[in-house]
Amino acid sequence: MTIDIIFKLILIASIFGLSLVTAMYSTLAERKFAGFFQDRLGPDRAGPYGLFQPLADGLKLLTKEEIIPESANTFLFLAGPSLAMLTACMTSAVIPWGTYIEVDGHKLPLQVADINVGILFVFGVVSLGVYGVMIGGWASNNKFSLLGAIRGASQNISYEISMGLSIIALVMITGSLSMREITDQQSGFHGMNWYVIKQPLGFLIFLICSFAETNRTPFDLPECETELVGGYHTEYSSMKLGFYLFAEYINMFISSAVMATLYFGGYNFPFMHDLGLSQNVVAMLGVGALFIKILLFIFFFMWVRWTVPRFRYDQLMRLGWQVLIPLAILNIIITGGVVLFFQ
Amino acid sequence: MKSLTNRSKLVVNKQMTFMERIYLPVIAKGMLVTLKHFFRKSVTIRYPEVKRLFAAAYRGLHVLKKDENGAERCTACGLCALSCPAEAITMTAAERQPGEEHLYKEEKYASMYEINMLRCIFCGLCEEACPKEAIFLTNEELAPSVYDRKDLIFGKDKLVEKEHNPNGKVRGGGPLTERLYHG
Repeated sequence: MTIDIIFKLILIASIFGLSLVTAMYSTLAERKFAGFFQDRLGPDRAGPYGLFQPLADGLKLLTKEEIIPESANTFLFLAGPSLAMLTACMTSAVIPWGTYIEVDGHKLPLQVADINVGILFVFGVVSLGVYGVMIGGWASNNKFSLLGAIRGASQNISYEISMGLSIIALVMITGSLSMREITDQQSGFHGMNWYVIKQPLGFLIFLICSFAETNRTPFDLPECETELVGGYHTEYSSMKLGFYLFAEYINMFISSAVMATLYFGGYNFPFMHDLGLSQNVVAMLGVGALFIKILLFIFFFMWVRWTVPRFRYDQLMRLGWQVLIPLAILNIIITGGVVLFFQ
Repeated sequence: MKSLTNRSKLVVNKQMTFMERIYLPVIAKGMLVTLKHFFRKSVTIRYPEVKRLFAAAYRGLHVLKKDENGAERCTACGLCALSCPAEAITMTAAERQPGEEHLYKEEKYASMYEINMLRCIFCGLCEEACPKEAIFLTNEELAPSVYDRKDLIFGKDKLVEKEHNPNGKVRGGGPLTERLYHG
């Protein structure tokens, strides 16, 4: 019993640390890749290849002057970035990072909480994420911030619908809402029975929606510099701004993890059961496989960011309501038909 | 009306085709373009460590040349100061003493020679005016940035080359500041 609790605590700490470190180095990777995509070098002054750049950035944000506008609602102004950071870190609890490892005959699953409504939990927390943007933008008492917050809220709500509908089609196949069970179902066919093969359209919709949910280009309207100065975080400075920026990168990491888990087999990797390795080694390799998938998704997020220009607001809304939702419903009907046909 | 440049285009408000309206094919095309750039060699020159060569005709920092025996060529005739449109050059003439023949080429020389780099416009007229081929504008360095304006009045200690170099565009004995050259 104690070993379970100790293991859980270690797991929580390491997942928390890992997601922070990944988000930290995503900021560097983003700038590096931006440079590479534009035939530049990117930051390379702080340490070898610029590896200490995130530390320097963090230190800079921490030591900068903290300004709270006089007309701002102080409590909500502080609550905004905290909420954004909190919700960004919460989702990682239900993601299965690996199968399980065996210590002294104890089976220790590499997942903080295997709740049977895992997907619903993810959706609930993601929906909460919009409050960080909303509250921060409203509490700033600034027109640009408010516009950014409104945009963020309406965009997140619009795209959550099609995201949910695309997941419903997936759940119709899996018959389960537990993330671990969905991952385990994909271990067939030498660990290659990924749901992206059965749900290509659903995955595409989910992918587009996760770009909108994480406020990434081409859907970064809540914070578009050209129109709204800084969007919802115009009035923020110092580490509170850092929290907002950081939350975006954690969100990107988490949504990459969710996509990898739901559609790309999670910790399953090709021939995982055919190599004859011990359970602990397979579990560790599985964690590695999941991380490779996540990093590839993060690269994809950045690749899109430095390719596609921002959507106009009416285009964004039309895409969400008139294209993605009908497509998602069509996907549900097709999936339902196929499921019925094979019963 | 006749077009002035032949580059004007008639604006057409054409509807997007279906393939354009679903965005994804054109986005994929664009992503291929950016991916090509991702693997391309970067064009950045890492500035303080690596510096670009200037053009052959570049007019950079001045140098007072020496002849093949290592004696200063300048005779302090003052033509450079006279030709200078920015009035950046000033000098004091002195007579060469017996035994100084290895230091100064002719009987008269400049005991003090100063160029105010804050005034200089690097036009190269001093170089053209000089009858003794004593002053040139090198193509290897610029006037450095300094913290004190007084440091930008360059005397003979900084202007005269250390050893003879037949090439007028470079300073014999190396440039003032050590630097790496890269094409």
